[in-house]
Amino acid sequence: MKAHLTRRYHFSASHRLHSDAYTAEENQAVFGKCNNPHGHGHNYVVAVTLAGEIDPATGMVCNLGDLDAFAREHLLARFDHMNLNTLEPFLTLVPTTENLTIEVNRIFQDFPFARLERVVVEETGNNSFVFGG
Amino acid sequence: MIFLTRKAEFSAAHYYWNDTLSPEENERIFGKCANRNGHGHNYTIEVTVAGEIDPVSGFVVDLKELKAILEREVVSVYDHRHLNLEVPEFATAIPTTENIAVAIWRRLDGKIPNSRLHRVRVYEMADLFADFYGEFA
Repeated sequence: MKAHLTRRYHFSASHRLHSDAYTAEENQAVFGKCNNPHGHGHNYVVAVTLAGEIDPATGMVCNLGDLDAFAREHLLARFDHMNLNTLEPFLTLVPTTENLTIEVNRIFQDFPFARLERVVVEETGNNSFVFGG
Repeated sequence: MIFLTRKAEFSAAHYYWNDTLSPEENERIFGKCANRNGHGHNYTIEVTVAGEIDPVSGFVVDLKELKAILEREVVSVYDHRHLNLEVPEFATAIPTTENIAVAIWRRLDGKIPNSRLHRVRVYEMADLFADFYGEFA
């Protein structure tokens, strides 16, 4: 029996949308207040969906303790209460939520115990991005 | 084809334990969920059916009827119960969120008129849910 498990994680981080390929005026025109020089922040919500057979011995797609430990080490320890612009891969990539979603997807693809199906990142309650099925 | 989703809620107790494993293995795999005194959650379920809109009523399914089916088949059986001890399907299956989604699918499949069951989503809490689409094979 195949089931799909979704777990949500929360972290808070700052960022500034800015591209060196644009002039100061172009950055302001493209990114608006998100280009303000000192950055701003969000409470991000990440929802990861993992798919797989339910293990008959445990009743689980994957052990939630393993997933939470993986998220703490590879997602939350890295991004929570940090400035995204100071971290890879955003030293050279604009930290839009689109790019953040792709990075979170890359992180959870390495989770060894279940197949990653989808990542959703909410930047605000009105604004979310989906990568995957 | 339209997809219609109805929510329902129930509150229940459970614990995670597999009798074929040693107590130490149960503790290692299930952590605090292995406490045999049990613990509980406020569960929310979302049942999604797929069907065509009836040209006369404008409904896929009659929501009153769907609500009554969820109440009869699921909520009245699970609400304010200990899932391991009082709900028959969990005498042999650990009442994880995944297995609860499968069990609710089995309880509802074929019982909702004029539609096909598409998805059962079970929230154990706001930050954890399981989806089952009837993929038994």
